[in-house]
Amino acid sequence: MNAMKKILLGEQGLVVIFALAFAIVSIFVPNFLTERNMLGLLQSVVTIGIVACTMMFCLASRDFDLSVGSTVAFSGMIAVMVSNASGSILLGLVAALLAGSAVGFVNGVIIAKFRINALITTLATMQIVRGFALIASDGRAVGINDPSFYQLALSRILTIPAPIWVMVLLFLVFGFILNRTVFGKNTLAIGGNPEASRLAGVNVVRMRIWIFALQGLVCAVAGILLASRITSGQPNAATGLELSVISACVLGGVSLAGGRAAMTGVIVGVLIMGIAENVMNLLNIQAFYQYVVRGFILLIAVLLDNMRSSAAGRGKA
Amino acid sequence: MRDGAVMAFLEFRSISKGYPGVQALSDISFSVEKGAVHGLMGENGAGKSTLIRILSGDQSADAGSILIDGAEQNYRSVRDAFDAGVIVIHQELQLVPELTVAENLWLGRFPARAGVIDGRTLVETVRSRLTDIGIDVDPGAKVSSLSIGARQMVEIAKAVMLDARIIALDEPTSSLSSRESEILFSLIDKLRSRGTVILYVSHRLDEIFRLCDSLTVLRDGKLAAHHQKVADTTREQIITEMVGREISNIWGWRERPLGAVRLEVRGMSGTRLPVPISFSVRQGEILGFFGLIGAGRSEMARLVYGADRRHTGTVAIDGVTTAPGNPKAAITAGMVLCPEDRKFDGIVQGRSIEENITISSRRHFSPLGMLNPKREADLADQFIAKLRVRTPSRRQDIINLSGGNQQKVILGRWLSEQGVKVLVIDEPTRGIDVGAKSEIYDILYELAAGGMAIVVISSELPEVMGISDRIMVMCQGRIAAEIARGEFDERRILTAALPDKNAAGTI
Repeated sequence: MNAMKKILLGEQGLVVIFALAFAIVSIFVPNFLTERNMLGLLQSVVTIGIVACTMMFCLASRDFDLSVGSTVAFSGMIAVMVSNASGSILLGLVAALLAGSAVGFVNGVIIAKFRINALITTLATMQIVRGFALIASDGRAVGINDPSFYQLALSRILTIPAPIWVMVLLFLVFGFILNRTVFGKNTLAIGGNPEASRLAGVNVVRMRIWIFALQGLVCAVAGILLASRITSGQPNAATGLELSVISACVLGGVSLAGGRAAMTGVIVGVLIMGIAENVMNLLNIQAFYQYVVRGFILLIAVLLDNMRSSAAGRGKA
Repeated sequence: MRDGAVMAFLEFRSISKGYPGVQALSDISFSVEKGAVHGLMGENGAGKSTLIRILSGDQSADAGSILIDGAEQNYRSVRDAFDAGVIVIHQELQLVPELTVAENLWLGRFPARAGVIDGRTLVETVRSRLTDIGIDVDPGAKVSSLSIGARQMVEIAKAVMLDARIIALDEPTSSLSSRESEILFSLIDKLRSRGTVILYVSHRLDEIFRLCDSLTVLRDGKLAAHHQKVADTTREQIITEMVGREISNIWGWRERPLGAVRLEVRGMSGTRLPVPISFSVRQGEILGFFGLIGAGRSEMARLVYGADRRHTGTVAIDGVTTAPGNPKAAITAGMVLCPEDRKFDGIVQGRSIEENITISSRRHFSPLGMLNPKREADLADQFIAKLRVRTPSRRQDIINLSGGNQQKVILGRWLSEQGVKVLVIDEPTRGIDVGAKSEIYDILYELAAGGMAIVVISSELPEVMGISDRIMVMCQGRIAAEIARGEFDERRILTAALPDKNAAGTI
């Protein structure tokens, strides 16, 4: 009993739970462990997975970003509209990446430089940016003119769709950044103890702005892939994404109090969200129930996290 | 003294610092030689922390200057002090718990190529540095996995890595075991031999004698004594220097008739107060609890009140045992607690005086939760008058009041509860200026004269001696002495409160 408790509440507890759940689902849910379903599952979590990479940095540095859903929709819209207008997909993509980064940069400047609460700031920009997306498109979906734009999402490398590769690549890149670079360690440091970091010479303000700008850039990547997959720029795309992404991060053991984050945890968090949805689809459970299940998963994750940190606290004393 | 001045590496020149209502430091001058461990002693409130804060660049002095190696320092921030080689290690440590020891030591200057950290250099340099100064900590371990003692070592190692010329330690052993303390001491010895200046703030006389070359004693913000050689002085002399103050008569204590036992605490213990304690307070009596910070006074109060869970023991009011671990039960039984941290636990900021007074008692006259504005206004006015709260209106936001008037409002809150029999008040006059202090004391006397049993907790010795009928001295979670008013003696109380019992000598 105690040994089990130790494993579940330890560093790798979440991975163990995930592996168990995966095994159980594979055995009992028909059609789950098939190549087709696995690819479908991964496809379905691409947007959440990509945005979770930088949300992890944001939360780890004690910040918060609610504007990601709007930024994904907005930058997808920009990509489609600029491509259509200029006839150059490349130009569209660059414009989208710039637009996304700009949103993040503005968030960062307001939050870090003017010291406005991150929750309030991004709540505001979330609405402003969504408004931009609606205004630009007059509230309607904008279809993609050049079919090669679709190919971004449709093309396959080694039978696996490109967006999944992008997600995996970003997982690797951001995992490396978090664990092996100055940027990653400084992120954890300013979340873990802002004052100590400042005194040690870390430029906390600049770090926070960078993190938000990066968040915007990555949202734009997700927005482009999403637009390509749904073959249009949708002003209402990715509503509620921020909540799924934050849930996935918290599930993955990222601390809302800052200072604690791990890429493997976040990946597992993203997959748990995806599997829950996937299994319910396979079992023909009505979509409405998925909200309830998602909510419960999040609550359980937070409770588990609480138990884990108090167990760690006891270990110290 | 002339020769010493020539050798001086760190010099304080006529440092003065005032806060509203109190002169924290006046005209403090002393110097420390290179490679010396210099002790800084004094009672709570003597000005040690203020001096350390000024040294650390956290606050600036009103007058005077700090010289390091003969050069006058004009730093304005902690960062500037850092750059001048001054590092203060506070009781709350400045480490990032989720990073490793090595990462903490390199924070802000990671060895990296194109942003990618050179993990091997990071760990190996730290390993050799730690071995060099004799600290046995794994550089790859996360700080959150280390004991408090080990974290303290890491903090010191950080100072050494940053080439600190002056390291100030504020009560470093307060949370260390004696074995950990011994490791710390040998580390300090090593730093001394490397020429680092150590400023060592402590309450513990045995540590001062074990470690320090020279010593400064502060009292009431003034320089009470400076010893060039600690070896030339005695424990008794230092205690006298720390105390040596006349009790002025701002207290206005008068004899009161005492009644039957009101509050009876028997064998009470809890997580942070492992040794069971017992005491009782009679009707009309003011019982003072004195002890240094961390002696367990506030923990005692929280246990009595039921804010923390009691492991053993009972608390009875007028012979009736109260239910444990439940402040609501304590309030119903007639006990109220005015907590130590007014800003945090006491006042409801942004709300009016009226609301702050009636917040607790209004439930008695608000049937079905419907408020009774007339009754509330009357109650508020009644207590504003009774407690002489200085305010233009009961509608004033409490945040606009002075500390003393805020404290009166908090008292009003509890006194408007019907049938209060026991009042526990923690640091009744902290941050309150002298004039308002004696008003608070008068209110306490009045309440006691009305038959209330009052427990006053304070870290200001003159205050405890000035207003209590009896004093319990706490030290390291135990009751170290119980002294009746006729036998109050500063030296005796302070000696009992100091953690090293060897120093007691006379008792």
